[in-house]
Order: sequence, then structure tokens, then C-alpha cells
Amino acid sequence: MTQVSEADHSPVKSFHPRAREALKNDQLRGNFRNAMDGLMGKRTKAFAGWDLEALRQLGAGVRQRSLARLPDLLLQLESRLTDNGIQVHWAEDGDEACRIIRDICVERDAKRVIKGKSMVSEEMELNHYLEEHGIEALESDLGEYIVQMAGETPSHIIMPAIHKNTEEISELLHNKTGTERSHDVNYLTASARQQLREKFMQADVGISGVNFAVAETGTLCLVENEGNGRMTTTVPPCHIAVTGIEKVVATLDEMAPLLALLTRSATGQHLTTYFNMISRPRQPDELDGPEAVHLVLVDNGRSGIYQDDELIDTLRCIRCGACMNHCPVYTRVGGHAYGTTYPGPIGSILMPHLLGLDETRHLPTASSLCGACGEVCPVKIPIPDLLVRLRRESVDGDKLHASGVQGHGSKRSRGEALIWHGWQWLHERPGLYRFAMAMATRLRVLQPSRAGAWSRSRTTPKLASKTLHQRVGERARTTEATSRPVSGGEL
Amino acid sequence: MKSRERILKRLHERRGAALPMPELDFSVLTEGRNWSNAEKLDRFQETIESVHGEVHRAPADQWLDTLVAILKARNARNLLTPRRHSLGKTIRESGRSDLPTLLSYDQPIEAWQPALFNDVDAAITSTRGAIAETGSLILWPGPDEPRLMSLAPPIHIALLEADCIFATFPEALTAQGWGSAMPTNALLVSGPSKTADIEQTLAYGVHGPKELIVIVVGASAA
Repeated sequence: MTQVSEADHSPVKSFHPRAREALKNDQLRGNFRNAMDGLMGKRTKAFAGWDLEALRQLGAGVRQRSLARLPDLLLQLESRLTDNGIQVHWAEDGDEACRIIRDICVERDAKRVIKGKSMVSEEMELNHYLEEHGIEALESDLGEYIVQMAGETPSHIIMPAIHKNTEEISELLHNKTGTERSHDVNYLTASARQQLREKFMQADVGISGVNFAVAETGTLCLVENEGNGRMTTTVPPCHIAVTGIEKVVATLDEMAPLLALLTRSATGQHLTTYFNMISRPRQPDELDGPEAVHLVLVDNGRSGIYQDDELIDTLRCIRCGACMNHCPVYTRVGGHAYGTTYPGPIGSILMPHLLGLDETRHLPTASSLCGACGEVCPVKIPIPDLLVRLRRESVDGDKLHASGVQGHGSKRSRGEALIWHGWQWLHERPGLYRFAMAMATRLRVLQPSRAGAWSRSRTTPKLASKTLHQRVGERARTTEATSRPVSGGEL
Repeated sequence: MKSRERILKRLHERRGAALPMPELDFSVLTEGRNWSNAEKLDRFQETIESVHGEVHRAPADQWLDTLVAILKARNARNLLTPRRHSLGKTIRESGRSDLPTLLSYDQPIEAWQPALFNDVDAAITSTRGAIAETGSLILWPGPDEPRLMSLAPPIHIALLEADCIFATFPEALTAQGWGSAMPTNALLVSGPSKTADIEQTLAYGVHGPKELIVIVVGASAA
């Protein structure tokens, strides 16, 4: 059922052609503009009356403390979950996580899997893997359901189908499920409810993500509005939760501020409709719930990011999506242009670690460094600083301080490096520098009118008629002549 | 070495500087929220109504009338009730003829899944309280009130004691001692099931109840 979309096939490297296509698509741009404007407004409203800086400081502190104790908290979580009857599995990468899930399915003779929303499972390309192994994997979040039916990938981590309008969704549902063509969102939603209820009843396994894993109590927390997450974790006889290793928090008390930040930052809700906290499988005296619960802890590059004193901040992320909602680049090109599981600013600092900088070399530059992402981040990840750091890594030629980022230096060009070396050489020789600059201003008529990619959407800068040194000299002379005091030595 | 050991080894043997353990100041979560009971109830009602929840206030001896009126207005054919909780007993033993057919969740879900999913019109559950700030009900589903009671039927009616409303979630966590007594499943429910996945248009009842109706018991009608 899952078709792999073009976005999956075209490499992340070809960001530019995809971005250009997206910019030409008025409807796509309209959809994103409206949605992002709405989300920004709702977020602002939801934080009205809060000391947001203090709350963000608390959120950042909680995440920092979680990371500082990460291995110990993971062990505590494992031990509590095991005591509670939840089986814990560890996966080095997405492939291993997929194999673990397949093995659980095979052991249970499970053929049909129903899924709640999970970005880690997107990262692992779990649906595709399960289909290849003869297990049907159906998304139950309405947005994910639509995206899966269209053979696409989510374009936003919170609102997966935000790139589609009602017309397109109506047509898609009509073609794939035989519902009437309708622009009545209530009708379309009700049809999906009916179709998916059948699927929930037939499913052998439910797979969900995790928003927070509480070590103290061995509790898996899920945030959602639709109820499909509760269905997924309640109706099938087996529930498998997958999560990145960084999602652990020490206590319920430390989880509370993250919850307060997450839903308000994501969708401007004080709280989502459901906050679902799971600590055990079905107990002998209970009448529903899964008899088996598993947690798969996925590393997939995270322990690598953990080694770096700056990049480790990436692991604070609680996946609210506020950085993309506020990003002028994301809002214009949409999620698919990035070609990655996580788009937008957070994707640009996370994906290079998951895929390597070679593959993702353009992502850190897909930003104007306006700083909005860092300003709204609920856990104060310095996203603009990390973008700059990764830009540096991508052209890294420093052999003395070799970087740990996979694929670093992949964007380095010999020509560019040579020009910078020449520039440095010239600056180290003042006489020669003045001579060269004086020559350049005299010969400025010979300057080409276009400057490659720079002038494609900008005016080409022109060399001035006089060098800075010449101007300063002239000014000093005039000042002397009129005997005005010279102000400051900063010139 | 297995994956578990390899991952933990990399985390334990981290290169680089010692990681910061900042002191945490939680006061921002609770400061300025010393609301009276009446204020908490007002705020709870206002917040849950803003997300399409419905609130009815009823004196302690009259909530059954409120319930009957709610069910009548919706032409509910039946009502799923808890077996042991006193609210279930009160309903069953009331002997009222204007109640719809009363059902009990008295067998494992496997035995009656299609009926629960397709034929139950409404369910009533108790709550362990509510949170004023976020307009949320606290539910701990269990043997008497299984998880699907508050999820599968299109109408969920919840009974809330008026003096059991906490200002914030952290306050409820502390007051009820969650940290040492987590149940199999704990829930915060803030409104009916909803989605905005089709062009940001809100639609209710996408997977769970279309309607969430709270009867606040022990509150004089507003």
C-alpha cells in the first residue's frame, strides 16, 4: 500500500531544484502561509500571561539535566519499565529498530499493524520496511493517513498533510476509498473514522511514538488530539512504542514544564485533547488494553551528536515544530523541498548527523539566519549558532581539529579555498594590498555586470571609485583644513 | 557486544566538557494561580468550553436529572456505566423510567468489540478531578472503567466533583501522589476528539467521542 514518493528518491542534495519548484507553486505557498500564520498567532495567544522566558529557561534546564544524566536515566527507565512488565529493546540504527519490530510481529504472527504518529518511525522508514516483509502498516492519524494514501511523506512534523487543500483530499479519498467527493470536512472526517475503526479492530499490533519517557515511574507519555493514539495503544493486543534515546526525563515533575511548552509551542493549545500516560500492559483484572507492551529505544546517530559540546543542544528538541512555523524559508518552500524526515530549522541541524553532511550540505545554508527559530524554541536550542557551526563544518579544512560530523568538508571547493588563501596573503602585505585596491578601483569599468548566483536575485555590487584608505585620507585632510577636532580613532 | 552495551558505552564515555546540571525553578508553573474553588471551576469551564467541551453544573442530589436531560436531548438509545463505582449504582438503582438502556463493560473487549465500537451511544465515567488552567479532566481508567469507555462511544459524559479541581497539573501530580502510584493508564482529557488535518478546519469525533460533556456535581447552577 505504501508507495515511496519522489521525495524519497530524489536525494537531499537536490534541495535547490525542489525549492525552486515549490516557490513557483502558488497554491502550496498559500497553504503554508495560511497555516503558519495561524499557528504563530495561536502560539502567541497561548503564552499570553506567562513569563515565557522563565518557562523556556526551565524547559531548557530540564532537557540539559536529562542529557547530563542520559545513560543513567536510560538504565533507570529500562529497569522501571521491565518491572512494570514492558519489554525494552535497544537499536543502534533505524534498520535494527525495524528488524526488532518485524521480529516482534513475526513472533506474534501479526500481519496487520496500525500506527499512531511517530517521527522516529518516519526516520526509520518503518512502513516501507514492514510492507517489504509482508506486514501491512496503516497510519491512523488523519493527516498521516492522507499522506500515506497519496504515497507522500509528511511536510510538517505536527501537521503532516498541511500541503494539501480540501479539494485534493476529497479527490484522494474518493479515488482510494470510494467516499463521495465533498468539501465538507465533517463528512470527510466521519468517513475516515468509519474506515479506520474497522482497521483498529483488525490490527494485530499498534505502533506509536513517545513524547516523553519518564524514568522515575517507567511511564510512556503521548500527546495527541484525535484519539488515534489512544486507539493504537489500547485496541490491538500488542503495543510497540518507538522513541529516540534522548526523549527520557527524570521525573513526572520535570516532565510537566515540557508538556506546558510542547502543546502551546506546537499548536497553541493549553493542552492537547489527550495526554496519555502508559505505565503497564493490561493487568489480569483489566478488560481492555494490550497484553504486551514493548519500547524500542533508537540511537540512530544520537549518541554521536552527544559527543560534541555544542551540537549536543540539538538533542534537547521536543519536536514541537515551532521553529518551522516561524521560519521564513520553511514557510515559503514547504516541508517537501528539504527532502528529509525533519524539515525546517530543526531538520537542518539534525539531519546532517543522521545522513551525513555530504548528503545534507545545502540544509545549513537554507536559512537567512534571521534568528526566529532560536527565539521561539521552547528549550532554547541555539539553532542559528548551530546552523553556522554546520556551515563551517561543511567547508571544514582544519586538519588539526578534525570534526566528528560525518561528511564534514564535503562542500569545500578548491577554487574557493584558493581565493580565500589569496585574500589572506594579500592582507598580510599592506603595501601590496593598497596597490591592488587602488588598481581595482581604477579598473572598475572592467568589472563584469553579473556575479554568478549572487546577482540572480540581487543587484551586482559595484566597486567604489575610491578605496577606503583614500577616502579616509581625504577626510582627514579636509578636517585638518577646517580645524575641526578629529573624532575617534575607529576609522 | 550488543547494541544496548554499545550505545550505553558511547554515552558513558562521552568526550568533551562535563555537561551542565542547572538548578530548576518550577515557580513559573504555579505562581499567581492561587485561585479560589469558585475561580477554579469558572476557569475550568471557560477553558474546556473553548475547545468544544460542554459543562453542566448540578447540585449533589440533582445530577441524575441533568444526566437524563443530556441523554434525552441526544436521543441516546443506551448508556454504558461503571459496574462498581457508586455513580453506576446510583444510576442503576434510581429506578427511573426515563433513562435509556443501561449497559455494563463487564467482559473483556475481545468478546464485544464490534458492539462497543458501533452500538454504544454514550458512556459515563467518574473522574479523579480536573485541572483549571488547561481545562482538563483527570481519568485513571481501570478494571471498573476500562480505557475504551471514554474513547469508543460518540458521547462521553464525565462526572466531576466540584471541590476536586486543581489549579495546575503539577499541583495535581503532588496532591494525588502520582509519582509513587502510577496506574496502568492515566489520562488528561481536554475536550472531545478532534483534528485540523484537513486544511486546518476543525472537525470533532475523528477517532474518539464527538462530544465531551462534564457534569460538575456539588456546584450550584451558574
